[in-house]
Amino acid sequence: MYGLADCNNFFVSCERVFRPDLNGRPVIILSNNDGCVISRSNEAKRIGIKMGQPFYQLKQTIRRYDVTVFSSNYILYGDMSKRVQMTLQSLVPATEVYSIDESFLDLRGIELSKLDDLGHHVSYVVQRNTGIPISVGIAPTKTLAKIASKLCKQYPKLKGSCYMHRSEDIEKVLKKFPIEDVWGIGRRFSAMLQSRSIRTAYDFTQMPMSLVQSLMHVGGVKTWRELRGEPCVEFEEQGRDKQQITVSRSFSKELSDVRDIQQQVALFTSMAAEKLRKQGSVCHDVIVFMFTNRHREDKPQQFVNRLVRLPVSTDSTLELVNVATRTTEELVQAPYEYKKAGVILSDITPKSAVQTVLFDEVDHEKQDRLMRAMDAINKKQGARSVVVASAGFDGVKMNREHLSPNYTSEWGDILVVKG
Amino acid sequence: MDILTPKTHKDKVPLVEGIRAGFPSPAEDYVEPTLDLNRYVIKNPASTFYARITGDSMVGDDIHDGDIVVIDKSLEPGDGNIAVCFIDGEFTLKRIKVEKERLLLMPANPKFKPIEITEENHFVVWGIVTYIIKELKGT
Repeated sequence: MYGLADCNNFFVSCERVFRPDLNGRPVIILSNNDGCVISRSNEAKRIGIKMGQPFYQLKQTIRRYDVTVFSSNYILYGDMSKRVQMTLQSLVPATEVYSIDESFLDLRGIELSKLDDLGHHVSYVVQRNTGIPISVGIAPTKTLAKIASKLCKQYPKLKGSCYMHRSEDIEKVLKKFPIEDVWGIGRRFSAMLQSRSIRTAYDFTQMPMSLVQSLMHVGGVKTWRELRGEPCVEFEEQGRDKQQITVSRSFSKELSDVRDIQQQVALFTSMAAEKLRKQGSVCHDVIVFMFTNRHREDKPQQFVNRLVRLPVSTDSTLELVNVATRTTEELVQAPYEYKKAGVILSDITPKSAVQTVLFDEVDHEKQDRLMRAMDAINKKQGARSVVVASAGFDGVKMNREHLSPNYTSEWGDILVVKG
Repeated sequence: MDILTPKTHKDKVPLVEGIRAGFPSPAEDYVEPTLDLNRYVIKNPASTFYARITGDSMVGDDIHDGDIVVIDKSLEPGDGNIAVCFIDGEFTLKRIKVEKERLLLMPANPKFKPIEITEENHFVVWGIVTYIIKELKGT
């Protein structure tokens, strides 16, 4: 059996751990630059706030329903995600981190009669230890486990875990489950399927395999089989490879000039990229963050961070430094003087598993050769004999008016409790 | 008297890493890692958090304004534990007292009254305090 542990409204839940007063109230998290909604509490969903809705459209709703708004704080979310993953690892034989808020659980070999209790135990312990509510779905395949975990979110009566194994139960669930919500179907295929009157996951399982094969090729057949209870998507146990690589340092003195900070960030990024290549991985996300000096109360204080999703996962120092320095330029604001900055490489996968994109704008093969040459020279001549000169671009200033404290990574930001 | 302290470079970015030079130390294979306070204080890294204390309701338990407490959320609360609680919209630090049918939050200062938790309160035990970190005056 496979499990999927999916954190409920993850970013909102992270904020609520340190703000229990927000339980039961509408809360939303905004994307980089406070542009649009990327996470919503159930209460916010209920008053009609949509995923991806632009913030400016919501001013009235926010006032009317007293919605609490946060800018995204990836430092906090990354730390809480790590805590959830560690807790899951301590509870089941193996886990596969799928995203910042989802992990697959390998439950093969566990007695079937124990799975229902195990699922509820996992859900209870994760919530108790980290404060993050989680939905555990357990089923014969990964695709079905995802559906089971979605059921938990719809039905609070399930108390955080749903073990779906009897074929008559699965059939009943699939008959109500919209085809567009099935893992791996995607928007294009769901439109095509709906035009053929395939509306539910069950309808899809009733199609002849040959038709699925001709319409959707191998990927479609995999999903079709998985929905019929036949495991096709392998469990990818993570080895020792790091899921996130962070390099951050305090500066020797406060910096306010964009060029100076860019230079530091470029250096951190080069160091992180080297670690990434050493473990044979690529990353999809780059997060840049920086702080002012908390101990200088006479000066204006700021913490800024931003996540950039690359079109294609990479391990190239050039590409990563380019993105990081450009992001730095967008983050740095006068009159702030920054004391510390850092780079996090995230959504890390083995390089061998990279899918190529048809219209990839970067010549990755050429980059590969260059990186291999650079690593070789640096190894021979001493670290950082060859580095990249950081480039500058014109950028827009960021808005991050609703950022929460870094409760878990800055001493000046920890919870304050009345004794 | 002059006290010489080695200069620390913790704020400097290390520009050079992995210098390989000289004869390897014969003690290298026997080096044990230096004692790590984290490992002493933190039993469960995934569930350990910190909070700064304001106020003096717990001075009798030697928890003073400005102290930092180490909190382990994985521990089940029980009678006698000092806990970070969330009650009616506010975080508070108190000792849990369980009496037959009653649940009380006990201050450690005669100036404060015990709080009895009733069904009307919005109440959760946020985490159990395992260590207190305090800076001694005059250091």
